[in-house]
Amino acid sequence: MDKTNKNNNNVIVCKNINKIYQTGDVVTQVLFDVSLHIKKGEFVAITGPSGSGKSTIMHIIGALDSPSSGSYLLDGQDVSKLSDDQLADIRKNKIGFVFQSFNLLKRATVWRNVMLPLVYAETPLADRINLSAKALEAAGLDKDRWFHLSNQLSGGQMQRVAIARALVNNPAIILADEPTGNLDTKTGEFVLETFRRLNKEEGHTIILITHEADVAAHADRVIYIKDGRIADVL
Amino acid sequence: MLLNDLYQETIAAITANKARSGLTILGIVIGIASVISLTAIGQGSQNSITSSIQSIGSNLIMVMPGASRSAGVSGGMGSAESLSLSDMEAIKKNVIGVKAIAPEISKRYQIVAGSANTNTTVLGTNVDYQQVRSLEIESGNFFSESDITASRKVAVIGPTVRDDLFGEGVDPVGQTIKINNNNFKIVGMTKSKGGSSASSQDDQITIPYTVAQKYFTNSKYVGTISISATSEDDITSVQEQATSLLLERHNKTTETADFRIMNQADIVSAASSITETLTMLLAAIAGISLLVGGIGIMNMMLTNVTERTKEIGLRKAIGARRNDISNQFLAEAITLTFLGGVIGIILGWLIAWGITTFASLSASVSWSSILLAFGVSAAIGVIFGYYPARRASKLNPIDALRYE
Repeated sequence: MDKTNKNNNNVIVCKNINKIYQTGDVVTQVLFDVSLHIKKGEFVAITGPSGSGKSTIMHIIGALDSPSSGSYLLDGQDVSKLSDDQLADIRKNKIGFVFQSFNLLKRATVWRNVMLPLVYAETPLADRINLSAKALEAAGLDKDRWFHLSNQLSGGQMQRVAIARALVNNPAIILADEPTGNLDTKTGEFVLETFRRLNKEEGHTIILITHEADVAAHADRVIYIKDGRIADVL
Repeated sequence: MLLNDLYQETIAAITANKARSGLTILGIVIGIASVISLTAIGQGSQNSITSSIQSIGSNLIMVMPGASRSAGVSGGMGSAESLSLSDMEAIKKNVIGVKAIAPEISKRYQIVAGSANTNTTVLGTNVDYQQVRSLEIESGNFFSESDITASRKVAVIGPTVRDDLFGEGVDPVGQTIKINNNNFKIVGMTKSKGGSSASSQDDQITIPYTVAQKYFTNSKYVGTISISATSEDDITSVQEQATSLLLERHNKTTETADFRIMNQADIVSAASSITETLTMLLAAIAGISLLVGGIGIMNMMLTNVTERTKEIGLRKAIGARRNDISNQFLAEAITLTFLGGVIGIILGWLIAWGITTFASLSASVSWSSILLAFGVSAAIGVIFGYYPARRASKLNPIDALRYE
C-alpha cells in the first residue's frame, strides 16, 4: 500500500484514537484504537448499533470533541489537541453539519438560517447573498420558500435548509448525523439523493452517520463500528 | 463576529419575545425614572432653599441682639436692645472688607391708604440697605441720603404692599400712605423677589431710619445690623473682626456676648446639608428599585440561556467561539438596560417636569444624575448580563445539541 500517495488524497486521517470518559471514579472507554481514513470526494457512512461509539467518532471527526489519545488530521491539519476556540474555528472553516432534528433558528427566515455560518466566519456582507443562494440551489430548495420563516416549512424542506447551511461555507467535509431520522421514508430518500448528487456533481466529501443499514447502503463505503472498535469496512 | 451581525442578532433576540423583553425593560425604566425624578426633587428643593436664602442679600452677615432677660425670663433671641447706631458706625469705620452696612429697625403697623389698609412690616434703614439686601427698584427711586438727614417722611414699598393698598399694576409712586397716623409719601417701589415666606421683602415698607427712630421707636437702639462683605472670601474675616470689635465695645467676653453674628453661608450650608441628606435618601430608595430591575435582567437572561441551549449548541457547532456567544448575550442584556435607561431618563424627566408644573414643588434634573443613571444602567447590563452570558458561552456543544 502506497501510504504517502494515499495521505495526499485523504481529507480525514484518524490514527489509533482512544476516547475515555471519566465520571468521578468511573472510567469508561468508548473508543479503542480506532484508525480510519476518508478520501476527498468520498461518500462514506459510519454505522453501528446505538452505544457502539459511532456518535463519539462523529463528535471527534466533527471537531466537537478531542480524542483522549491518538491523532486526527483533518484536511492536513492536526485537530487532536486544540482548545475550544481553535476547534470552533475548525468547525467554522472545514465542517458542515446536518443534524437529525435540523436545528434551524425557528423565528428566522430561511435566508438568515443559511447565512448563519457566514456570520461567524465574518464573510463580507456583499458575498453572503451570493453564497447563500448558491447553497440553497445546490440543496434543492424551491426559490419560493427562500424567504419563509423556517418553522413554516415541512420536514424535508427544513432538512434542505440545513444542508444549504452546511454547504454555504464550502467546507472540506459534510457531516450528516442521522439526517433522515426525523423524516418519512420518501422524504428521506430525497435527502439522501441530494447528498448523492452533491457528492457526484459537486465533489463534496460526505460522511453519513446512521444506525439504519438501508440508509448506510446509499454510501460508497460503509464503516461499521461495534463496541468502540471498527468491526468491518464494506 | 462583525458589529453589524451582533446588532442584528441582538435585535432578533429581543424582538423574539417582545412581552418578556418589555417587562424586563420596564423594571429598569422604573428604576432609572425614580432615580432621576427623586434626585430631581431633592436637587430642586435644595436649589430653591439655597436661592431663597441667597436672595436675602449678597455676602450677607447679620448682627443680631442677644436675648433680653428680665427676672430670669428670656425674651427670645433678638429681643434685647444692645446694638446701637454707634456700633454700626464703629464697624463701618474699623472693619476691613465691608462693602455696605445697614441698620434695621422694624415693627409691624397697620397701614392705611384711602379706604384700603394692610398690616405689614415697616423697616427703618439707610441707603446701603438696597445694596446689602440686593433690592432692585421697579419704579421711582430708593430714598436718598438727604431724606435721612432731613428725616423726611418718605417710603419705598414692596410690590405686595402695593397690591394690597392700590391694586395690581398701579404705579404707587407719588401716593400718600398713613403709617401710625403719620403721612408718608411713596418715592419708589421694589421689584418682586418672589418667595412666599412671611418675612418676604416684597411685603415690606422701607423708610429712613432717622424717621423710624423719631416717630416710632424713640431710641438709639437698632434691631439688626446687616453687613455686606466685599467678596465671599471676606465673609469670615469681616465676621471675626466685627465680633471682636463689638465684644470690646460692649465690654463682654465670648461667653457673655449680648449679640449674635451669622452669615449667609452658614445658613445655606445648614439648609443644604439637610436637603443633601434628603436627596441621598431618595436616591438610595430609587437605587434599590434599580437593583431589583437589574436582577430582573439577570433572571430573564438566565431563562433565555436555558431556553436557547440547543440554539447555542448549534451556533457553536457551526463555528461560534466562546466570545461570540457571550458577546451576543451580553449585547442583549446591555441593549435591554440601555433601552430601559433611555426610556427611564425621559420618563424621569417628564415626572420632574410634571412635579414642577403641577405640584408647585421645584424639581431640577441635573446632568450628573442623567449621566449617573446612564452609567448605572449600562453597568447593570454588564454586571447582570455577564454571568448568564458566561454560562452560555461555556456550554459544551455536544451536550447543548442534545438538550431538549
